[in-house]
Amino acid sequence: MSDIAERVKKIVIDHLGVDADKVVEGASFIDDLGADSLDTVELVMAFEEEFGVEIPDDAADSILTVGDAVKFIEKAQA
Amino acid sequence: MRRVVITGIGMVSPLGCGAEVTWSRLIAGHNAARVVTEFEVEDLPAKIACRIPFGDGSDGTYNADNWMEPKEQRKVDPFIVYGMAAADMALEDAGWHPQTDDDQCATGVLIGSGIGGLEGIVEAGYTLRDKGPRRISPFFIPGRLINLVSGQVSIKHKLRGPNHAVVTACSTGAHAIGDASRLIALGDADVMVAGGAESPICRISLAGFAACKALSTQHNDDPQKASRPYDRDRDGFVMGEGAGIVVLEELEHAKARGAKIYAEVVGYGLSGDAYHITAPSENGEGAFRCMTAALKRAGIDPSEVDYINAHGTSTMADTIELGAVERLVGNAAGRVSMSSTKSAVGHLLGAAGAIEAIFSTLAIRDNIAPPTLNLDNPDVDTAIDLVPHVARKREINVALSNSFGFGGTNASLVLRRYEG
Repeated sequence: MSDIAERVKKIVIDHLGVDADKVVEGASFIDDLGADSLDTVELVMAFEEEFGVEIPDDAADSILTVGDAVKFIEKAQA
Repeated sequence: MRRVVITGIGMVSPLGCGAEVTWSRLIAGHNAARVVTEFEVEDLPAKIACRIPFGDGSDGTYNADNWMEPKEQRKVDPFIVYGMAAADMALEDAGWHPQTDDDQCATGVLIGSGIGGLEGIVEAGYTLRDKGPRRISPFFIPGRLINLVSGQVSIKHKLRGPNHAVVTACSTGAHAIGDASRLIALGDADVMVAGGAESPICRISLAGFAACKALSTQHNDDPQKASRPYDRDRDGFVMGEGAGIVVLEELEHAKARGAKIYAEVVGYGLSGDAYHITAPSENGEGAFRCMTAALKRAGIDPSEVDYINAHGTSTMADTIELGAVERLVGNAAGRVSMSSTKSAVGHLLGAAGAIEAIFSTLAIRDNIAPPTLNLDNPDVDTAIDLVPHVARKREINVALSNSFGFGGTNASLVLRRYEG
């Protein structure tokens, strides 16, 4: 797993209070990890803070899974 | 009007996590005041407070993790967690866990706070200044709003009846219990979870109340001497924190399910001073009308009051309240006991009226008047028993609990032993 993926995973575990083994690439924040719409807003803010990237609202709306977040950040930092 | 009784009590107080542990320590004369060590107080005029005993949850300590998941605690100010804890305890004590649609919709929540999430607002202010608006958490607003105690309690316990909150400074807890009782009396609900929660002990709050000249600042070296209602050396209140919650229930509803009944809420009075933003009217006229209204509603003569839990904050206002009580009870002054439990737990602001209503309830249950600590040199000459230093065993069938708040807002509750 890439460094970015590891850091995303850590943020998700901290914010949603879920077990590490559930935070897999295909896991949906809302459907699989118990997040609500406010949790996802806060997660996106935490990604922005951690990686120093800006995630516009329309892009944030398309980040539904752990893998979506990792891909967006990898692209933004490329 | 339908009759309303108290069937459950819950509390997080500076003397302990739980109503019974707090009550036993209160009766034993314990005092919760100490120097604040959790944050910088060196530059503050008041360096002391009555903090709740934080710990692992054993021996009456408060462990927030027992009441709300850590990841949820992160999103809210502590007053919400205190309120959740006290509400859990009260519902458990009442044995009321509604499962059917009808029972859930007949059960409401009315929990207030005087200030709400002050500390969280300060922190968000720093974030806004230092990092900009995009770093303000989506949980900033719902974690600070006063009515989110009622909201969180209703969500956790599926209480789908009236959902309300009160904000009347230091009268909040009494107004919440009084208003909730009326919702039951008028038929809007059969059961109400009611009270107050407050977590005001932080730098900005100590600075603000000290600026109002409301806090004790002369006893920083000897905190347990600081809260001394009616004593000549009193110089302001000591800030407390916590929550007090009761389960109020329509009498027949309580009887039908065989609930334990602590006491009946028989009277509730309200008034406004229309005088000053922080000081009570000098002749105690607002307090007098408030107590009179509560007793009239109860159909109880002032001479029948056995115990009064005073607002008694350890300020100059103590003597104004005492004067109003003397006028109220007249020649019966010699048979009433009146104490200020703020001498032991400090002033819980929006939670004060709620925990003091619970103390009044337990005073009736156990026939014990809790003491006024530190009353070494009374500043007053009165026939009323101020219960100095030690609790007094005496017959208590009728108790009156007073709460007065900034803005000149007054509330009195009258509780009576339920005889069946």
